Amino acid sequence: MRKTILLIGLLLSFNTFAAPPQELLKQYEVQAKQEHSAFTGFSAEKGATFFKTERVHSDGKNVSCATCHTADPRNQGKTRANKVIEPMAPIVNPKRFTDAAKVEKWFGRNCKDVLERACTAQEKGDYISYMLSIK
Amino acid sequence: MKKWMQLLLLLTSVSSTSALLASGGMEEGGRSMPVESNAKWAAECSSCHMLYHPGLLPERSWHKMMSGLDKHFGENASLDATTQKEITAFLALNSADKQDNRRAKRINQSIPANSTPLRITETRYFTSKHDEVSANTFKRKSIGSASNCVACHKNAEKGDFSESQIKIPR
Repeated sequence: MRKTILLIGLLLSFNTFAAPPQELLKQYEVQAKQEHSAFTGFSAEKGATFFKTERVHSDGKNVSCATCHTADPRNQGKTRANKVIEPMAPIVNPKRFTDAAKVEKWFGRNCKDVLERACTAQEKGDYISYMLSIK
Repeated sequence: MKKWMQLLLLLTSVSSTSALLASGGMEEGGRSMPVESNAKWAAECSSCHMLYHPGLLPERSWHKMMSGLDKHFGENASLDATTQKEITAFLALNSADKQDNRRAKRINQSIPANSTPLRITETRYFTSKHDEVSANTFKRKSIGSASNCVACHKNAEKGDFSESQIKIPR
């Protein structure tokens, strides 16, 4: 019994950094309202379009989020240096969008790589909403 | 403490340290680079590519690499300032010009003093060691490119590039 309690305690302490993706969405919602007073909420549909839409990068290549993550976020992706990227969809990879610092780090890098600019809070929220909508 | 005692202490500590260093080098056969570890280095530098041992490039190369992470071989690999500093210090401390290891020394010697390479594959050591591997072999799907050491050197991430461990996949 005591061991079980200890184990539960340990598991809980490990989880202190993890928050459900909804928490993160709330933070992005606050930001999105600051960026646009006309904010009307996040859209999984817009997130899906955002994920798949290719643009021409200044290096001449066509890129989108799906270039590395594949068109189905339930699949593993691959980096340009041949490394596996675990699936983005929380339905198959529940760790996604539970660590705000990690999410911000990767949005920070990848938005600049793909869009050559930072993403807006609206785009980030749409993206996460799309990922959460995948069953 | 008497002066002669201090001197004796100093002498024994110096000789034991050098003995330790020498034995470390011998044990490794001077071939396999010592396994280094730093949690942040291991986590951050292996999220997009295989983990490159710090002994593969000299200190000046690591400094240049780490100060240009926003354009890291065409990709944005920016880190927060604290993490960047810690990893840079770790790489510098264990770089090719700081390693007491034969392979690291040879890599370092193959790089002209006036150059600061960022690509390990562009060092003379690398090109001379791989001159029998054709460009098409490197392009195989199982390999990807010459920068994917682990495809053929399975223990590359531990700094082990020994000949006996090489297996080129089809």
